Amino acid sequence: MARIRRRVTAFDVLVEVRLRPGIADPEGSTIERALPALGFSGITGVSVGKAFRLKVEAATADDAVARADELARRLLANPVIENATATVVP
Amino acid sequence: MIRVGVVVYPGTNCEHDVVEAVESFGATGELIWHTRTDLTACDAVIVPGGFAHGDYLRPGAIARFAPVTDAVAKFAADGGPVLGICNGFQVLTEAGLLPGALQKNRGLTFLCTTVGLRVETTRSVLTRTAVEGQVLRIPINHFEGNYTCSVATLHELRDGDRVVLRYEDNPNGSVDDIAGICNETGNVVGLMPHPERASHELLGSTDGRVLLEGFLSAAGAAGAGAAAQRWSVARG
Repeated sequence: MARIRRRVTAFDVLVEVRLRPGIADPEGSTIERALPALGFSGITGVSVGKAFRLKVEAATADDAVARADELARRLLANPVIENATATVVP
Repeated sequence: MIRVGVVVYPGTNCEHDVVEAVESFGATGELIWHTRTDLTACDAVIVPGGFAHGDYLRPGAIARFAPVTDAVAKFAADGGPVLGICNGFQVLTEAGLLPGALQKNRGLTFLCTTVGLRVETTRSVLTRTAVEGQVLRIPINHFEGNYTCSVATLHELRDGDRVVLRYEDNPNGSVDDIAGICNETGNVVGLMPHPERASHELLGSTDGRVLLEGFLSAAGAAGAGAAAQRWSVARG
């Protein structure tokens, strides 16, 4: 018997994990302090996080983002100190 | 005889030191591989230091999903004494057994030194035989020991008498100089310093013994259930 094949697409999803506002970011501030010595001026707000690239099978782009969000919430980020955003990327 | 389960994840590396230390009190230490799901034979559980699952992603982030971590959570919920040391503390926070998180040290350096710790409460399984205000010299050995939590959590910890140990001279940027905390019922304690490394004269300090002694006394000879019951009575 022929199985009905659902159309599933794999979306490229970028998950960015960043420290929540108000959480000290010693790596970010250390990098920022090093910038003047390298001749970079006018660059502030340096923060360090993590980026994850995923291929997510889903029916729609919104579903792919929702699945990645769930993964980020449960594993990729620690909600005590980190926020995560998921976006579909080309 | 008190049976202490010592949890071993791939990458844990302080398990033998912990077994050696608890056995110096006459207890037995049993290594518990991370795939185990039953801790009912244990009177107490210690999650030792190291780099569980390589500390990949974040310290404790993968270990949190190991089968044994669920068993530790159940053991703790039943009132059994649970101690997380260093990486074990990180695992317990990731697993939600203790609040907050451990971030990279403020100075971005790995710290390996001996620090002064002030006993802030005796209402925990770790400090029940110590004296409030007592200062202990115990080694630290960590890169991610900077304790962080929300303002609300910090208030809960202070108001609930749940800050167990504070650094005399904060080495890593921890909020409120916190070196160790406990859960609401005091039977789950996490700390960054290593009491097992201060458990013999040959190691340079025996100040960790009062902590391990208290922890083992909380476990009691009659088994974790009975110990937990005694413990909740003792706390009122």
